[in-house]
Amino acid sequence: MSASSIALSAASTTATPPAVPEIPATGLVTKWRAALRLDRVALRVLALILCVALWQAASVHHLDLGVLTFRFVPAPTEVAAAAWALFQSPKLSAHVTNSLIRVFAGFGVAALLGIALGLVIGRSRRLEDALLPPLEVLRPIPGVAWIPLAILMFPSSELSMIFITFMGALFPVLLNTIHGVEAIDRRLVASSRSLGAGRWSVFAEVVLPGALPSIVTGLAIGMGTSWFCLVTAEMIAGQYGIGYYTWESYTLQNYADIVVGMLFIGAFGMASSGLIKLVGRLLMPWHRIQERHT
Amino acid sequence: MTTFGTQKAGRIELRDIAIHLPGKQRFEAVRNIGTTIAGGEFVSIIGPSGCGKSTLLNAVAGYLKPSSGRLHVDGEAVSGPGSDRGMVFQHHSLLPWRTALDNVAFGLKMSGVGRRERRARAEEFLRLVGLAEFSDRYPAQLSGGMQQRVEIARVLINNPRVVLMDEPFGALDAQTRERMQQLLLEIWGRLQPTVLFVTHDIDEALVLSDRVLVMTHRPGRIREEILVDLRRPRPEDITVSPDFIALKKRCLALVQDEVRQSLVGGLEAARIELPVEA
Repeated sequence: MSASSIALSAASTTATPPAVPEIPATGLVTKWRAALRLDRVALRVLALILCVALWQAASVHHLDLGVLTFRFVPAPTEVAAAAWALFQSPKLSAHVTNSLIRVFAGFGVAALLGIALGLVIGRSRRLEDALLPPLEVLRPIPGVAWIPLAILMFPSSELSMIFITFMGALFPVLLNTIHGVEAIDRRLVASSRSLGAGRWSVFAEVVLPGALPSIVTGLAIGMGTSWFCLVTAEMIAGQYGIGYYTWESYTLQNYADIVVGMLFIGAFGMASSGLIKLVGRLLMPWHRIQERHT
Repeated sequence: MTTFGTQKAGRIELRDIAIHLPGKQRFEAVRNIGTTIAGGEFVSIIGPSGCGKSTLLNAVAGYLKPSSGRLHVDGEAVSGPGSDRGMVFQHHSLLPWRTALDNVAFGLKMSGVGRRERRARAEEFLRLVGLAEFSDRYPAQLSGGMQQRVEIARVLINNPRVVLMDEPFGALDAQTRERMQQLLLEIWGRLQPTVLFVTHDIDEALVLSDRVLVMTHRPGRIREEILVDLRRPRPEDITVSPDFIALKKRCLALVQDEVRQSLVGGLEAARIELPVEA
């Protein structure tokens, strides 16, 4: 405790932004920081192991807490065996590719539409008044509630499924884009106009880059919710897909497979969100510098 | 720089200008402003806070429209912001996602100058403000004084007829401020734009300007125009010369009188929220 608090205070003294760039980090401080980081990684791994161990114990002993019972919950060992079986199965690649296509198609359309709508809504009060109210009504409707209508609205079940992943991603992207545009310092717009920037240049040089950090956040969240909606979407139909696999396992009472499906979705969702954040960081080298100095 | 006959470009004509600011209570910020600023002249505006100094500057920049009166630059009515009138705010408004060099080159990019040429010229202007070796830094990596120098370079590269400055050194420490004043005078002497400079610092106004406009409390009118007939270049110790002190006393008396009047007559006016600039 005392060691970590010392390290924390050391870190905070170096974090105060000096007038001149380049934070002078002494060797000792760097070492403290590294030790602190290692400490935290160890703790996180430990916590994860502990959770799995508790789960294993609860399942093996059919823990029954009255309202909550582990009687039918497969143990981690069973899940691992089921996962291994799925890895061996030729169907795996079909499940994964089908899901990836659905998620990325829905997410892709949501990203394009969400960013475009967000930019115009953020810039124009009139468009905000015209477009935002109907969108706000649709926003709280969960993906599963869209299933019947999605089936009726689209000619193929494939499109209905893509629509549901689309609905999952649209609002996080849209709302974060609007927020990003509205948070832009108006002086930036004013001074660019005084430097000769026209309407379009203000948009491309000031509004878009200014909103970008917020847009990337929206995309990362939207990516997560898109995966989130996948099981819902793949309940509609299909023979393949990770969500479908999870749902089918339930109807076939392959309880271990349910958990495998859930973990797959979690892992893919996390990986794709991470990918977006990574791309965002590469696109915005200035953003990290700014955060470090303010 | 284009010239009109023998006169320099950048002549600002203000005739009977009144500006109303929108808000919960729409109010008159300035009234009955009339003066002519010659091309190449350095003019400062001082006055009690909230007297509409910045509002007037924003009108010349084209950010807001006077509700009445004539506002002309070189005979042309101001109808919006343009690169012929550069603006420098108290806090920099550099684009955080552009390096110092690209920020300075921004105006040239807007006027369609090719990448290589605009970068070469931006380097020249960074050198002019003494920041040649900081061209790759992002604004967040520069100190406050450096940010303002980049800002000034970015405005000057457009070769503006008029440079509008709204307390540009107000947020800097005293030493940096003095250095910036000298730098500004040096650059002004070389490029000769008209400068309209808002400040609340009487010393600063007198050190820099050819003429000082003292404004009344709100609604701001021009109370007096003070000609600063001090020889240029002005030495550093000019602030202790008798002529300077005499001018300073005059300005101080006027401003203090206005502050007093605004306090007496302004108990209800003080409740009106000051508008956020720009």
